[in-house]
Amino acid sequence: MSALLEVAGVSVSFDGFKAINDLSFEIAPAEMRAIIGPNGAGKTTIMDIVTGKTRPDEGRVLWGENNVSLLKLSEAEIARLGIGRKFQRPTVFEDQSVFDNLVMSLENPRGPIAALAYSLTGGDAARVREIADEIGLSKELPRKAGELSHGQKQWLEIGMLLAQDPQLLLVDEPAAGMTVGEREHTTRLLKDVAKTRSVIVVEHDMEFVRQLECRVTVLHEGAVLAEGSLDHVTNDERVIEVYLGRSGER
Amino acid sequence: MRAVFSKPSTIIVLLLLVVFTVSAASMAEANGGEISTSLIKTLGMTLCLCLAAVAMDVSWGYTGILSLGHFAFFGLGGYMIGMWIMYARTERIVVDSLANAPLPPTPQEIRDGIGTQIFGVVGESEIPFIWFGAHSLIIQLALVVLVPGLLALVFGWLAFRSRVTGVYLSILTQAMTLALALYLFQNDSGLRGNNGHAGLQNIPGFEDVPQSVVSVWFFVASAVALGLGYVLCAFVVSGKFGSVIKGIRDDEARVRFLGYQVTHYKLVVFVMTAIICSIAGALYYPQAGIINPAEIAPIASIYLAVWVAIGGRGRLYGASIGAAFVSLLSTWFTGGRVPDVDFGVFSIEWVNWWQVLLGVSFVLVTLFAPKGIGGLFDLIRLPAPRPPWRGEASKDAAE
Repeated sequence: MSALLEVAGVSVSFDGFKAINDLSFEIAPAEMRAIIGPNGAGKTTIMDIVTGKTRPDEGRVLWGENNVSLLKLSEAEIARLGIGRKFQRPTVFEDQSVFDNLVMSLENPRGPIAALAYSLTGGDAARVREIADEIGLSKELPRKAGELSHGQKQWLEIGMLLAQDPQLLLVDEPAAGMTVGEREHTTRLLKDVAKTRSVIVVEHDMEFVRQLECRVTVLHEGAVLAEGSLDHVTNDERVIEVYLGRSGER
Repeated sequence: MRAVFSKPSTIIVLLLLVVFTVSAASMAEANGGEISTSLIKTLGMTLCLCLAAVAMDVSWGYTGILSLGHFAFFGLGGYMIGMWIMYARTERIVVDSLANAPLPPTPQEIRDGIGTQIFGVVGESEIPFIWFGAHSLIIQLALVVLVPGLLALVFGWLAFRSRVTGVYLSILTQAMTLALALYLFQNDSGLRGNNGHAGLQNIPGFEDVPQSVVSVWFFVASAVALGLGYVLCAFVVSGKFGSVIKGIRDDEARVRFLGYQVTHYKLVVFVMTAIICSIAGALYYPQAGIINPAEIAPIASIYLAVWVAIGGRGRLYGASIGAAFVSLLSTWFTGGRVPDVDFGVFSIEWVNWWQVLLGVSFVLVTLFAPKGIGGLFDLIRLPAPRPPWRGEASKDAAE
């Protein structure tokens, strides 16, 4: 089985600072992967590179069976290929209803003319309600997204990702600022999603990562330090030194 | 379209517009009423400004493109229609004056005569190339759409593709309108330099119709244009396109990651609103009677933004109210009919002080009433009968 996403030998530097240094990893179809690492390890930068926000200085980023290079494509084109992204801070369109947020995200033609001509079909409305059920926001559909709680906004954003019907979801710190109950809901949600799609979760929180029960990639100073099961990487001495050692001090 | 007419505000605005237009037109001098021709013209011009403000609101209030150059498009529309009016009227004069010549005039003689008449004022007699379509109303009407549309397309494409946003975009658009004004001030711009076009109230072919009647025609045409433009804009800002552009206003990057080409959406909005402004200008200047490059000075576009801000951006009726309210007030204050306030030591002459008043109210509205005049209507808002997932349920209503 070939990889869905292949990142190979990628380097990028900002003003001389090497944020990503010869980084390589692969994600298989329907794989869940957690990327962990201390602040400044390059977790968010690698997401920026995959989604087209940042262009690397060197390396390849290949997508899908046909090995399409993502480096020449715009953010919108990459999103259309099937890569969805959830930001660290919940970014939903606060001025619009939950319903409208989801309709906008639904997999439909994205051009201006198509958007002008669009009228809500029964199928789309049903799909929105289905997603709302999945993320537990059925009752909140008419509310403005800005009125939702922090956790609900995070779920709405995951719902918006699901509506896009991507093959790969990049999820940046989904559990940040959540209560214990909300975390459990988020864990279930992500695990469900990962049954049919690939998911990359960037996370600080080890306990949350443990519940995801997936392969873990540890980044340090822009390169892969270790990769494997959580138990494997947490027993790696270098990982303990740069990452766990630090958090253990707290 | 269904969504447009299910919105109460659109229906109310259209009804009010119809009532206002019919009653004002029937009370016009031409129809034996009390309203003077000059007031009818002022009202018609105000409707055109409202149309431009509605377009500005789609650009700024809904899409977040604070263009401070939209009045350039308004002026271009006036120039395009002005070229036909000038040419056709002058042609008639030249033909009439040569009618008594011993030999019938050749087309070249007529053309030379027109050239001398129109461009003598800037020391030219050749008709410049850009007047190629001036003999034809159809061509000039097409240019009312095409010239600003093309300018907006090229300018917008360059700006949006490079992701120029916010204050930098505003500055660029100011530069655009300033550059255009400076260019038009040149005598060799082919558009009569600072003289601009004059006598635009005399519509060729209708010289025998009194101004009192022509003014009513233009007044009604302006009202129809505003009505159609309003419906078009209301359609554009509703539905999924509306969702996307509001999304662009609030978080452009997020919209990109949803797979939407932000540049294309901004271009559609920029070009569409430019064309609406141009059409508004093409109706405005035959009522004003004169257009010159000073009309598209940078300050004019800033006024447009001020009207929208005072009226309440992000709601189309707010933009129309703002434009009507401020521009009528401006006419009143600068008309010299407002009594000056004399403090003995110094006196407030409204002709000059009006600008200060406008500036202060702009600051106050921005600080204390960001929703503008339109915000007042939130206080009397009735619960709208909508499907549960389409409504704007407030926290109070949910409990």
